[in-house]
Amino acid sequence: MSETSQTQATQEPSVLTVQDAYGVLLERFPGQVRMDERQGYEGVLIEADSLLDVASFMRDQLGIRYLSSVTGVDNLPNGQLESVYHAFAGLGPALVFKVQVDRDRPEVPSLVSVWPSADFQERESYDLLGIRYIGHPNLQRILTWEGFHGHPLRKDWHEPYYEEELKPFASRHPDGHVYRAEDRNPFGMNLQYPSDFDPHNWTDIAQAAVYQPLQRTALESRLETETMVINLGPQHPSTHGVLRVVMAVDGETVVDLMPVFGYLHRNHEKIGERCTFPQIMPYTDRLDYICSMSTNLAYALAVEKLTGIRPPERAEYIRVIMAELTRIVNHLLAIGFLWNDVGAFFTPVVYAFNERELILDLFEMAAGSRMMCNYVRVGGVFEDLPDGWMEKARRLVYDRLPRFVDEYERLVVQNEIWRARAIGVGVLPAERAIAVGATGPLLRGSGVPYDIRRVEPYSIYDRFDFDVAVRFNGDVYDRFMIRFDEMRQSLRILRQAMEQIPDGPVQTGKKNYTIKVPPGEAYHRIEAPKGELGFYLVSDGRPNPWRYHVRSTSLINLTSLAEMCRGHKIADVVVILGSIDITLGEVDR
Amino acid sequence: MYGMGVLKGLSVTLKHFVNTYLDDFKYGFLWIGNKRYTTEVLPKRQSAEARGIFTVQYPEEVLKPQERFRFVPFLVYEGSDENREYRCTACGICSKACPPQCIWIVRANDPETGRPLRKPAEFYVDIDICMNCGSCAEFCPFDAIKMDHDFELADYDRTLSHIHDIQRLGKPVEYYARIRPSYHASEQAEILAKADKSARAKG
Ligand code: SF4
Ligand code: SF4
Repeated sequence: MSETSQTQATQEPSVLTVQDAYGVLLERFPGQVRMDERQGYEGVLIEADSLLDVASFMRDQLGIRYLSSVTGVDNLPNGQLESVYHAFAGLGPALVFKVQVDRDRPEVPSLVSVWPSADFQERESYDLLGIRYIGHPNLQRILTWEGFHGHPLRKDWHEPYYEEELKPFASRHPDGHVYRAEDRNPFGMNLQYPSDFDPHNWTDIAQAAVYQPLQRTALESRLETETMVINLGPQHPSTHGVLRVVMAVDGETVVDLMPVFGYLHRNHEKIGERCTFPQIMPYTDRLDYICSMSTNLAYALAVEKLTGIRPPERAEYIRVIMAELTRIVNHLLAIGFLWNDVGAFFTPVVYAFNERELILDLFEMAAGSRMMCNYVRVGGVFEDLPDGWMEKARRLVYDRLPRFVDEYERLVVQNEIWRARAIGVGVLPAERAIAVGATGPLLRGSGVPYDIRRVEPYSIYDRFDFDVAVRFNGDVYDRFMIRFDEMRQSLRILRQAMEQIPDGPVQTGKKNYTIKVPPGEAYHRIEAPKGELGFYLVSDGRPNPWRYHVRSTSLINLTSLAEMCRGHKIADVVVILGSIDITLGEVDR
Repeated sequence: MYGMGVLKGLSVTLKHFVNTYLDDFKYGFLWIGNKRYTTEVLPKRQSAEARGIFTVQYPEEVLKPQERFRFVPFLVYEGSDENREYRCTACGICSKACPPQCIWIVRANDPETGRPLRKPAEFYVDIDICMNCGSCAEFCPFDAIKMDHDFELADYDRTLSHIHDIQRLGKPVEYYARIRPSYHASEQAEILAKADKSARAKG
C-alpha cells in the first residue's frame, strides 16, 4: 500500500456538511475558488492552476476520499469547456466542483495522483470532449481509437448520418417521404478524416498506443527473460462481451495488463443529447442490458431531481420491487457465469437462468419486454401491474427464490476446486478499493460497507429494513459470496415492499411525450446491482438535454483490474474479471 | 473429507435430473412428435411450484407472449380489408415521440381544396431502426397505433422489405382485440362511457 493511502486510513471521518465544506474551501483558497452562481447549478468553480492543491486539501483535510464521477460539458455558446467532478466523503450528498477552461486551450490538471478513480474517466472526457488532463499517466483515447478525428461530444461535431441537431426531426411529419439513411449517405462518404491524412500510407498509431505502455513495463520487469504481449478478447467468451484485455505475460504469469474498450461504443451520450428527455428512456435499457429496470430508474430519478416531479406512492413501491428483482437477476447471472469462467460449463448458469426466466416473465407481464423493459417513467411507471402479477411474484419471492438461493449455495460454495481457484485470488484491499472508485459488490467484498441505498437513500429505501452485506477478504471468493448475501437482502426488501404496497395511481400528472425541464444540472446516483450508477444531466430549458452523461459502473470498476491481476496466472484473469461483473453495453456506451 | 463439496454439489444436480422426470409424470407425461408439453401444462411446469427443468423446444413448442408484449407497431383499422378505415388521424404525435425517429407520415390533402385531411396518405415504419420501445402506442391519442405480438419476421431482403408501409402495417381491429383483449375492452368501455355521457348531456 502506498504512503498516501496510509495517511488516508488514519484520517478521521469528516463531519462537515457539503455547505460547510464549500465554505472552508472559499476561505482557504480565496480567489481560486468561487461558488457556481448559475441558476440551477451547485458546487464551486476552481481555477485550473490550483485544482491539484484544492483536491489534495479536500482529500487530506476534508476527508473526501471517494471521487465518484469525472466528466465534461461543452459550453459552446461562451467558448468554454467545463470539467465536472462529483466527490463524496461517505454519508450525504455530493461535493461538486468544476473547472472551466478555454475551448481553444482546454488544459486541466489531472487528478489521478489524488484519486486514482479519475483514470478512465479523464481519458473518457479527453476522448469525447477533448479536455487535456495534464499529468495523466496514460492520456489516450479510450472509447474511440487513437487517430479518431475530432471529439464526438463537442457540440459542433456531427456524426455520420447526421440529420438535424435535435429530435424530433422535421422530415418525418407531415411530409415524411421515407428514405434509408444508408441510401442517402452511403458508406464511404460518411467518413471524416483530417486533411493531411493519406489513406494509402499511414501508420497504425492505435495499435502502437495500446501496446507501448505494456511493452515498457514488460522490459523493466524482467530483462533476461522474454515477456510476451498477448490479447484476451475482444471476441472471447470469458470477457463477457467485447472487452479486449492486452496482457504482458512472463510465462503464464501476468506482469501487467490493460483493458481496451470501445468495441461496442455507439456514442450513447450524443444520441441522448439529440433526444428529448422522455425519448432517452428506452436507450437507457441498452446500457446495462442485464438490469434495464435499474438503469431506467436511475435515469428517471435524475430527471425527477432536475424537474422536481415526484412519483406517487404506488409507483415508488413498484420501482423498488422491480429494482430489487433486477438485482436478483443480475446476481444470478454474475454467479452463474463466474462458475462458467472457472470451467464448470453451463450447469450452474442454466440453473441460474431457470430462475431468471421466471423473473423475466414478470417483467414481460408488466413492461412488455423481458430485457429492454423501458418500464419506469419520469414521475411514475409505464402502467400499473397487470392482474395476477402480484400473486405470481409473491410465490417467487416467498417460496421459490429463497429455496433456490439455499440450494445453489449447496451446489457451489463447498466445492474444493472452486475454493482453490477463488480464495486469495485477485485481492483488492479496502483502501485501494475506495481510491480506485470501486463500487457495489466489488467494494463491499473488500470490507467497505458502503451502499447508496443506506448512505444516501433515494426513492423509498429509507423505509425498509435490510442489512448492507459486507465481506472482508476482498478476493474472488468473497465477491462471489457477497452476491448470495445481497440476494437474501433483496428478498427481504421485496417481502416488505410487497406487504406495504398501497393502491393508487402510478403516474403523476398526465402522460405526455415531452416534459418541461427547467435549466440547471443534476447528478443522481443509485445502487445498481453492479455498483454506483449515476446520471449527470445539464438542461438549458429546452426539451432536449444539453449534456447527458452516464457514470458507468462497469467501466469504473475495471480501473482496478490490472492491480488485481498482477502476479496471477492468465486463467485467473478470467475469474477476476468475472468476479467484477461487467456489462459491455455499459462499459462502452 | 476432501471432495465432499464436489459430491454435495453433484447431489444437487442429480436431484434436478430426477425432479425433471418426476415433473413429467406429475404434469402428464407426453411425447407426441417433438412436443413434451401441452400449452395447458406449460404454465404449471414453469410455475414457482415446479421442481424440474422446463426448457421448451422452439419452434415446435412456442410460448405465448404476454398481453403487454411489444414488437414492432401496427396500425389498427376498422372495416374490411378492402375498405380499410384507419383510426390514424395523421396528427404526428407518434413520429415526434419515437426515439429513433423511424416513423414517417405523409398527411393526406383534400384533392379539391388542398387542405390537410385528418388521415394519412402514407405511413412508414422502418423496422430496422424501430427499437420496440412502445412509445408510439403509449402516446397515440387515438389508439391508432399498437404494438404487435408477431416476432417471427426473418426475411431474405434487408432493405425495402424492412420498411413497412401502410398496407403492411394495417391490421384489423379484431386482431387487436385478440392479442390485447384487456386493452381493447377498456378502450371500448371508455368509448361507451363517453357516448353515454354526451347522450345524457343532450337528453
Ligand atoms: S398513429 Fe396515432 S399518434 Fe400517430 S399520427 Fe396516427 S393518430 Fe397520430
Ligand atoms: S416502437 Fe418505439 S421505435 Fe418503434 S416505431 Fe414505435 S416509438 Fe418508434
